[in-house]
Amino acid sequence: MSFTDINSDINSDINSDIDTDIGTWEGIFNQLCDRIFTNLNAQEHLVIELVGEHSHFMRLNGGKVRQTGTVTDGALTLRLMADQRTAAATVPFTGNLDRDSMAGLESLGHLRQELPQLPVDPYLVLPQNLGSSHAMYRGDLLSPQQAPQAILPAVQSADFTGLYAAGPILRANRNSAGQQHWFATETFVLDYSMIAPSEKAVKATYADTHWHQDQFEAQIQQARSQLQVLDRPRRDVVPGRYRTYFAPAALADLVGMLSWGAVSEASLQQGGSALGKLREGKTLSPLLSLREDFTHGTVPRFNSHGEVAPEVLPILADGKLVNTLINARTAKEYDLTSTAANGSESLRAPEVAVGTLPPEAVLSALGTGLYLSNLHYLNWSDRSGGRITGMTRYACFWVENGEIVAPIQDLRFDESLYAFWGDNLEALTTHAEFVPDVDTYDMRSLGGTRVPGMLVNAFTFTL
Amino acid sequence: MDFDLNRALNVLQTDADWIGLRQVSETTTTRYVRDGHPQSNHRHQTQGIMVEVLAKGQFGYAATNRLDQESLQAATDRAYAQAVATAPWAVHSFTTAVRPRAVGQYQSPIQQPLELINVADLMQLLTQVCATLKVCEQIVKTTALAQTVETEHTFVSSNGSSVYQRFFSINTDYGVTAQDGTVIQQRTDNGMFARCYQAGAEVLDPQAVLDRAQRIGEQAIELLSAPECPTTTTTLVLAPDQMMLQIHESVGHPLELDRILGDERNYAGSSFVKLSDFGTLTYGSPLMNITFDPTVPGELATYAFDDAGVPATREYLIQEGRLLRGLGSLESQTRAGVPGVANFRATSWNRPPIDRMANLNLEPGDTPFEEIIGSIEKGIYMESNSSWSIDDYRNKFQFGCEYARRIEDGQLTQTLRNPNYRGITNQFWGNLVQVGDRSTLGMYGTPYCGKGEPNQCIRVGHAAPVCAFTDIEVFGGHG
Repeated sequence: MSFTDINSDINSDINSDIDTDIGTWEGIFNQLCDRIFTNLNAQEHLVIELVGEHSHFMRLNGGKVRQTGTVTDGALTLRLMADQRTAAATVPFTGNLDRDSMAGLESLGHLRQELPQLPVDPYLVLPQNLGSSHAMYRGDLLSPQQAPQAILPAVQSADFTGLYAAGPILRANRNSAGQQHWFATETFVLDYSMIAPSEKAVKATYADTHWHQDQFEAQIQQARSQLQVLDRPRRDVVPGRYRTYFAPAALADLVGMLSWGAVSEASLQQGGSALGKLREGKTLSPLLSLREDFTHGTVPRFNSHGEVAPEVLPILADGKLVNTLINARTAKEYDLTSTAANGSESLRAPEVAVGTLPPEAVLSALGTGLYLSNLHYLNWSDRSGGRITGMTRYACFWVENGEIVAPIQDLRFDESLYAFWGDNLEALTTHAEFVPDVDTYDMRSLGGTRVPGMLVNAFTFTL
Repeated sequence: MDFDLNRALNVLQTDADWIGLRQVSETTTTRYVRDGHPQSNHRHQTQGIMVEVLAKGQFGYAATNRLDQESLQAATDRAYAQAVATAPWAVHSFTTAVRPRAVGQYQSPIQQPLELINVADLMQLLTQVCATLKVCEQIVKTTALAQTVETEHTFVSSNGSSVYQRFFSINTDYGVTAQDGTVIQQRTDNGMFARCYQAGAEVLDPQAVLDRAQRIGEQAIELLSAPECPTTTTTLVLAPDQMMLQIHESVGHPLELDRILGDERNYAGSSFVKLSDFGTLTYGSPLMNITFDPTVPGELATYAFDDAGVPATREYLIQEGRLLRGLGSLESQTRAGVPGVANFRATSWNRPPIDRMANLNLEPGDTPFEEIIGSIEKGIYMESNSSWSIDDYRNKFQFGCEYARRIEDGQLTQTLRNPNYRGITNQFWGNLVQVGDRSTLGMYGTPYCGKGEPNQCIRVGHAAPVCAFTDIEVFGGHG
């Protein structure tokens, strides 16, 4: 996925092809903020955050449409700070200036009533003006009426299941110190599985800002050829320790666990991090480097507080923990410097450095062992020990002497990151892939994880 | 809700065969204190309408948070265009039979209205909870969270449906992290966010809350010096706060008809259960009786109608170990040809309904807790979920708990830390050998059951007695 910052005029319609007024929201948001800021008292500080989208969803099962529709949604959050206290209120943002202003001002009144009843917040950080930003990424998307005809004929005669989600997404932030951030993008994600009669599947995504019919059809054709391998007789592999290759999507799932009580400075300080041993002097493999990299422009660099993250922030460098994700509250509590992390101090633009293993040499380097395309349902089984359990899923194979032998019966694994990212990490591939974040809880996600493939010389499977 | 949905419906122009409007307004107030200091005080309000139409046998939807006639007409046109554009590709040709006329009301039963919760008093209570949790210096983190949710659902349709449902719920979560050198243990109030009820301010009784906080803190300290759970195969006794998770993951999800029909194969997964299994499959031992019961007062997912307008009734899914019916809405029942339940539910106005659990309960047996423990020569007793993972067909699972005790010669003895167990669904439930009586029953819930494309989190409730299972693989941590 590649983006171009077109630096559009402030009131430009970001998608004239989609029947929506979301393109006018920037002007309305700014007028609304001005009205609310004008109502602030001298001792009050306020941050206003906007999230919004106009989305077309088409859910597919067996190459047919299970459910389809559109969602136009926006939410405005006000965080009021005064007298060393803070509270927040979220209301719908509809794009109707008068109604939204009324809701915003009602929220301001509500927050003013709340604050005196709350205890003092010793870790309150007041908003500052550290510079503004503006990014708009125009796309070329299918209209909701075009999408069925563009997608469905190409996937007939295959058991094609998944979700097409498309449309503009907004993130914006302003504060009473004068800082303004605006981020708007038009994207689509077709997240799908092509399922073989064996119930094994080729799992993939086609995601971008511009729909290219030829690219889509070529990708589907490639998936069809991969399906043939999945229909070979299945191999039951007994639990044990095996040489294992993780394709980029599988490694992205493991990296995702680091956002859940690992790279967060607060979790490290409060005994909840799986990386606690790295603070005690332990190191991981020198082959492993992880950083936050916002240079690709797929997610806004500003957080909900309005802080702007460094364009690149190394986290693991040659196996050593060199930075953590620190938000402003954590920085104040522990007397550290903020790295402009979000509220939960989770990864927003993770990138694992590539290694030296050419992709075409993966099977020969693996020799005999397991090739895992995807993982499923990961969880910490012993967080302080860095141990993760989860399942293999979709296209996973038993490989012998550098040749794919058969798809496997899915296996449960239970292994510590101190092992698979430690002494057992054998190689990373020379090529990284972008694995888009396809989550749509509450709203469509932005960004994703850029990762290579990973070869581990021993990985534990338990069931 | 001051928008007249019936009047709006009557004015809308559409060529659709059926149209329904579902309005949801929800206010969630979250108050969170860590180590005695405020972390978050947030009121979140959402409101909007989903327009759903049926045309040429296909449903289309459009959701908007603009509550005016012009926006609803635009949404209706979008929904209709979607239905027509995809009708040739529809997974099934539906009729209005899957949207029956429904008229009625529901309101959560509460003893003390949420308005009685004074902000300053609640913040003081949460601060007290943190202080009580910190039973000694080895407690390095204390947290106390209380969340109130008020939700209004209104549903009207062109075939005369008019349903109004008003829900009140309170979710609380108290927990500690204890540390002694490199040993770190966490203990919570029956597991993360397990205490979720349709209830009022009565669940915040200070004495009851502080008594629990004291026990949580003490047990966390107890865990610091406890040995690891042994690696062995033994009799496992699960408390209701872990049975909740066991039922949810290994009974609830595999019985969802939309999973069996393949809708979820790209996300949450499929199921080991086949449509031909209903009425025939032996799911567990004869002691296993599972009900879908959206009628239990106070349980988190109690309601009168689902989002298709189907009246909610109590149904046995599994009786004496035999699988009888699935968790499937009218749409899924029509597609699958097997019996289902009233479970077509959407998380809010901005998502379409899908097959969900509601309250899914294991019915109590007749064995007192002391008798269960007293009958076991060697075993492990576990409480409160801390880790969960299961495969996409809902077969191979591994679950972790916060707290365990060894069972020796019919007695609960030594405390154990980092208890985990793993198994395969059918075998596991086949090994159910004792089911506690009503005195052992615990009722919990979660607001975070995730599923669907686009994704949706929904509230579910689970009630279960203490249960014993034989020949289960248990193990500890290696931290």
